Amino acid sequence: MGSITLEHVNKSFGEVEIIPDISLEIEDGEFVVFVGPSGCGKSTLLRLIAGLEDTTSGHIKLDGEDVTGAPPARRGLAMVFQSYALYPHMSVRDNIAFPLKMAKTPQAVIDQKVDYAARTLNLGSYLDRRPRALSGGQRQRVAIGRAIVREPKAFLFDEPLSNLDAALRVNMRLEITELHQQLKTTMIYVTHDQVEAMTMADRIVVLNAGNVEQFGSPLELYKRPANRFVAGFIGSPKMNFVDGPEAEKHKAHSIGVRPEHFTLSTTAGAGQWAGTVNVAEQLGSDTFLHVEVEGLGLMTVRTDGEQTFRHGDKVYLTPAANRIYRFDAAGLALQD
Amino acid sequence: MARNASVQTKVGFTVLAWAVALLLFSPILWTIVTAFKTEAEAIATPPTFLPLTFTLDNFGDVQDRSDYIKHAWNSILVSVGSTLLGLVIAIPAAWSMAFAPTKRTKDILMWMLSTKMMPAVGVLIPIYLIFRDLRLLDTVHGLTIIMTLINLPIIIWMLYTYFKEIPVDILEAARMDGAELWSEIVHVLVPMAIPGIASTLLLNVILAWNEAFWTITLTSGRAGTLTAFISSFSSPQGLFLAKLSAASLLAIAPILLLGWFSQKQLVRGLTFGAVK
Amino acid sequence: MATRQTRTLARTMMAPAVIVLLIWMAVPLAMTIWFSFQNYSLINPMMTGFAGWGNYEYVIGDPSFTQALVNTLLLVGGVLLITVIGGTFLALLLDQPIWGQGVLRILVISPFFVMPPVAALIWKNGFMHPGYGMLGHLFKALGLEPVDWFAQYPLFSVIVIVAWQWLPFATLILLTALQSLSEEQREAAEMDGANAVNRFRYIILPHMARAITIVILIQTIFLLGIFAEIRVTTGGGPGYASTNITFLVFRTGILSNDIGAGSAGGVVAVIIANIVAIFLMRAVGKNLDA
Repeated sequence: MGSITLEHVNKSFGEVEIIPDISLEIEDGEFVVFVGPSGCGKSTLLRLIAGLEDTTSGHIKLDGEDVTGAPPARRGLAMVFQSYALYPHMSVRDNIAFPLKMAKTPQAVIDQKVDYAARTLNLGSYLDRRPRALSGGQRQRVAIGRAIVREPKAFLFDEPLSNLDAALRVNMRLEITELHQQLKTTMIYVTHDQVEAMTMADRIVVLNAGNVEQFGSPLELYKRPANRFVAGFIGSPKMNFVDGPEAEKHKAHSIGVRPEHFTLSTTAGAGQWAGTVNVAEQLGSDTFLHVEVEGLGLMTVRTDGEQTFRHGDKVYLTPAANRIYRFDAAGLALQD
Repeated sequence: MARNASVQTKVGFTVLAWAVALLLFSPILWTIVTAFKTEAEAIATPPTFLPLTFTLDNFGDVQDRSDYIKHAWNSILVSVGSTLLGLVIAIPAAWSMAFAPTKRTKDILMWMLSTKMMPAVGVLIPIYLIFRDLRLLDTVHGLTIIMTLINLPIIIWMLYTYFKEIPVDILEAARMDGAELWSEIVHVLVPMAIPGIASTLLLNVILAWNEAFWTITLTSGRAGTLTAFISSFSSPQGLFLAKLSAASLLAIAPILLLGWFSQKQLVRGLTFGAVK
Repeated sequence: MATRQTRTLARTMMAPAVIVLLIWMAVPLAMTIWFSFQNYSLINPMMTGFAGWGNYEYVIGDPSFTQALVNTLLLVGGVLLITVIGGTFLALLLDQPIWGQGVLRILVISPFFVMPPVAALIWKNGFMHPGYGMLGHLFKALGLEPVDWFAQYPLFSVIVIVAWQWLPFATLILLTALQSLSEEQREAAEMDGANAVNRFRYIILPHMARAITIVILIQTIFLLGIFAEIRVTTGGGPGYASTNITFLVFRTGILSNDIGAGSAGGVVAVIIANIVAIFLMRAVGKNLDA
């Protein structure tokens, strides 16, 4: 019902290629997240799917039907914008009803659907208010409500939580995930926050400078990153990378160890990396140490919150043997 | 500088400011008081300030003159008509420049503004002859067309600046919601741009009402506007000074009132964005 | 955010405005140029044919042209001087802490909204008339002979009327620019030891330079075409004492029905306007790049 296929999609502005060549297959009902650093093309890709931008070449298919030349109004998709893009001169009710009005739906049906959306999203008490009288979270819900009533083939979210404060963001993340479980419609979600990506997605598309670095489930990306970029992007705090002789010991150009894959000791032992604590971040649940390791550079290490460390403490790190990622000179992951 | 100005400074500046302002306003003030005087009193020596005999006769006489009514009506038709016609042409153009700009958009906009800078006498003669041959001379519709042409650049410019203040993603949301172009403009753009459209309307009605070149050169009695009407009294005849003041007051009062409310629009519309 | 669709639509939507203005620009101007090279007079239909540069020689050679040219420059220059200096002074004054700023602004801005014929007649009859004008009364009260302004100083009188009308525009623009100067900048200058005069010279005036430039440019465009005020008061006279280029063309082409000569005058007016514009842009262009 809501499968989306991209075939060799290219988007260029004159000489500049924002997206050189992307091919993707998104299955009906999937929650797919486009994630990547600023400027990687994730929003552009979303807008190409939406029809708000033209592809320079390549095809976009919805449920097998080629929609490459079709305007947004005819693609049957719904989009939730980063700024919510609510109509300021209309009430919440009219905002949600607008797509139905455009589709010339009979008024009785409109009222029914608006009420359903309002109940689903808890908007009942402010249906008659204007957007300027609502809080950020409420406006977000209205934007989602407007998208729901269209019963689209797929939902497109363009960094919807960026404008909310941290606590609200966590709540909305859950609400959107629950919505997906309830509606079972395909959702494509763009974010620069890898935590959102990991917690919400069925599969993640990691983008970098217009190229797909990897397309897989969150755990796949975590456990088997295809290259250095994905390895360093997924996971927080970032993976530690080491080049040079230490990497050669493991028959690789560079190796990576995640902060959570170290065993920490205060006494010296064999096969260990010795270092001095630079900064200790104590969160209570975890402690993150930034350790200056002799000869290897600054490393981030995670340990449990019970231990206290201070600047200058000597520590000894043992990376878990089976959790060392190996990369070749081009940055590709080496298989074991 | 506003924080702890002494009362003395404040009083000093206030007096000076009011003196200058009243001095500048005095010609208008003179018109107002003279309109309520008798003709004899209007040219009396020594002059009186407030009317000794307050009379409304002058206004009555002016209203009774059918040519005054006709000219006033022409002013309304031409200024409102030309502005509305301008809006019809300008709204799509401004939409296009604000929301679908190309590399040449800025240049085209500048070119449009430059058409306003052409001296009217450069085209006076051909326009006069064309109008004469097409029998558009001394007609309201002929005049309306010219007024539309000379104000179009300003109308487009002002709408462009107001449209640019509307967030593009709201229009994109409308497209995602299934709105075709017509719906997008009518249901979303125009309601959001109403204040801007109203401001543009206001300023351009004022500019068209006060225009005093084409309205004088292209009319001769039937389609003349108030500018032409007043101009026809250029030869001095002191006997009807009071009536002239009354007629003048009636001609300028509505625009004065409108003008008092359009200061911001004036700055936006006539400085082409260079002053904020 | 544009797609092929929106771009095609955009071109269609812009077309009416572009076409209309293009025709308005090109056709009449081309005709004026054409006529300027023809022998064409409405009161002498016998005279026809190609005139070569004859019309231009006739127009430019006539002493009225030189006088009109000088008058135009005096008119524009005089009004600019009065409005820019007066406008700056008024803007500074209105920016001070004073009571009733709202009403004051309304009083000061009013002359701009008075239509030119009315403005001209108010000054002509109410103020400058030697018999019953206010200035006449004032002079008599001071024991002086009242001056017949339009007879003795025709161009000056027109300058006064036009300056009165445009002073509000300059004031409003300069006041807007002045008020955009943050209070903090002025306070910082004060903390740095600058007195009022120095603050004006080093902080306020440079900030307003851009606005002053805009005022000069825009006013010049409109001032080159002053018409109604001359038509209603002096009719260009006595002789050609208060005729500017615009009025000269009107007189020649419309009043005297000499299409050929009038058109030549029109072309000259366009050339002069362009020269002034280029000259101005170069002279003050640097201020606009801020």
